[in-house]
Amino acid sequence: MSSATIASPKPAKTFGVLAEFKSPADVYHAAEKVRDAGYTKWDVHSPFPIHGIERAMGIGDSKLGWIAFFCAMTGAFGGFGLQLWIHKFAYPLLIGGKPMVAYPAYIPVTFEPGILFTAFGSILGMLALNGLPRFYHALFRSENFKKATDDGFFISIEARDPKFTVESARELLASIGGTHIEVLED
Amino acid sequence: MSTMIPHRDDDPTKRPVLVESSDFHEVTEIIAGPTETKLNSTWILLLGLSASFMALMAGLFGYLFWEGTGVWGVNMPVAWGFAIVNFIWWIGIGHAGTLISAILFLFRQKWRTGINRFSEAMTIFAVMCAGVFPAFHVGRVWIVYYIFPLPNQMGAWPNTRSPLFWDVFAISTYFTVSLLFWYMGLIPDLATMRDRAKGVRKFVLSIFSLGWRGAARHWQNYERAYLILAAISTPLVLSVHSIVSFDFATSKIPGWHTTIFPPYFVAGAVFSGFALVSTMLIVAREIFGFKKVVRMHHIENMNKFMLLTGTLVGYAYAMEIFIAWYSGNMYERYAFWNRALGEFWWAYWAMITCNVISPQFFWFKKIRRNLVWTFILTIFINIGMWFERFVIVITLHADFIPSSWGYYRPTWVDWWTYIGTFGMFFTFFLLFLKFLPQLAIAEVKGVMPEASPHHHHDTSKHGGH
Repeated sequence: MSSATIASPKPAKTFGVLAEFKSPADVYHAAEKVRDAGYTKWDVHSPFPIHGIERAMGIGDSKLGWIAFFCAMTGAFGGFGLQLWIHKFAYPLLIGGKPMVAYPAYIPVTFEPGILFTAFGSILGMLALNGLPRFYHALFRSENFKKATDDGFFISIEARDPKFTVESARELLASIGGTHIEVLED
Repeated sequence: MSTMIPHRDDDPTKRPVLVESSDFHEVTEIIAGPTETKLNSTWILLLGLSASFMALMAGLFGYLFWEGTGVWGVNMPVAWGFAIVNFIWWIGIGHAGTLISAILFLFRQKWRTGINRFSEAMTIFAVMCAGVFPAFHVGRVWIVYYIFPLPNQMGAWPNTRSPLFWDVFAISTYFTVSLLFWYMGLIPDLATMRDRAKGVRKFVLSIFSLGWRGAARHWQNYERAYLILAAISTPLVLSVHSIVSFDFATSKIPGWHTTIFPPYFVAGAVFSGFALVSTMLIVAREIFGFKKVVRMHHIENMNKFMLLTGTLVGYAYAMEIFIAWYSGNMYERYAFWNRALGEFWWAYWAMITCNVISPQFFWFKKIRRNLVWTFILTIFINIGMWFERFVIVITLHADFIPSSWGYYRPTWVDWWTYIGTFGMFFTFFLLFLKFLPQLAIAEVKGVMPEASPHHHHDTSKHGGH
């Protein structure tokens, strides 16, 4: 593992250990054991979301709802405010004697920007929380990892985890049924 | 692998099997495979044909631009003509995609995964086709940006209390949100294709898949984003055709000024949308061999939707006539008498035949599960829904004073522009069919019983937790 395969000026740093599992059920139970072993900087990789895996991994709820809510409010208040500003201050246009602040008629253009901002907020927020786009990642060095988007299930334990040593991580992953165990360089 | 009789989460005697495969890799092969083959000559021929029609459309818009609105058949009583008929028809087509991706998702209808990508793509392309019509119908297309609330040299702002302005917001929001939702769904599938690709193809797919690596911490945020988008798209899709119907309903024209319009337009939109999705899907699953993923069950469910929404539309037609009579208003009564028995009687009865009578065949299970019948009936529905919009718009030809009555005759430019938008739709659709995964790979895998973390352990009846 310490014998770097590519020539680099600095000695290669270890990214972590990667192991493959056979099925969603296997990786689910393995995740429970990695969680119980006290690791924090690790992840499960699968071609589709595995139902309930966040509980097996012991990770908290997604914070995306708050971002989306904030964006929804910004869009809705912005839309309403824009209309109010247009009719009250910028360009008061009297049509058929209708009131300027005809708030029921403001509803569609309050609703639609609210939706639009929420959509942008939840997708960009999702990418930001996930640290994407990120085109380089140590995991992509593994040829076997290509299966993670097809039919492979993986657990990676990262070197930045305080409990991490190559030996202990490798041992743990082997003991819980991991195969094709690889040590990856960053 | 447990291939023959796997432990299904759902009792197969009660719930139909959604995916006729128990191997994740096979699903990847079925869906990603067609994007990796060489271009075949039929596809190139079809693309060429569609692109020529799209070019014809562009040419005819150029001609309109050069010559003026006189080249269209619109006149003074019938100021809305083909442009608005086609606009509403196309925007209605788009509604099935969002309904499938959002509403059926919230109702946990797992069968939707077989058809959602496909119909979302149709939504986006249909809204594009719809959008060109009002843009040119405004007359001076070079200042079409006046419809947006942008600062300008005149210090003027649009009247935001007008339904035409609401329409601008509804349609542009709908298009943007549909595109974002569709792209987000594509990210994991593009990553799947990236990991199978080499060279330039890999480079391009790497960029668009944003470095997706299927991490559970990522999936968690991703699923939450999906849920939020589904939750906001549900009222959005209902709002879009409601707002389109406000263009009519807030006017004082007899036959338009009715409160039934918003739900009636939404039901009609879903009806036509499912019809076109079904038409295209029947062809695509034959050509690309998706029969293991898009099963008879999917086709039957869509037919049930058409039966429901078609019957709702029929109810709306009947209620319109009843209210016209019950209101005691002579103009209202005349509008409906004129629709059914006036100069455009043929359009009205074409609409009734195609929209009210044809879906009633779907009461029979044999017909719901028969591809030939389904195909023919969906074509009828597509035509019928176009006639519905024609009937509504053409109501303009005879309103209050007989001295201002007129007749509407579309010109050759009207017809060929409409036909040209099909070229635009199919050009984009063929490109999608060839270069992107037509079905949602990750989502299809997710509904397979093998995807459950309790698959090998739970032999009892209860499904998951």
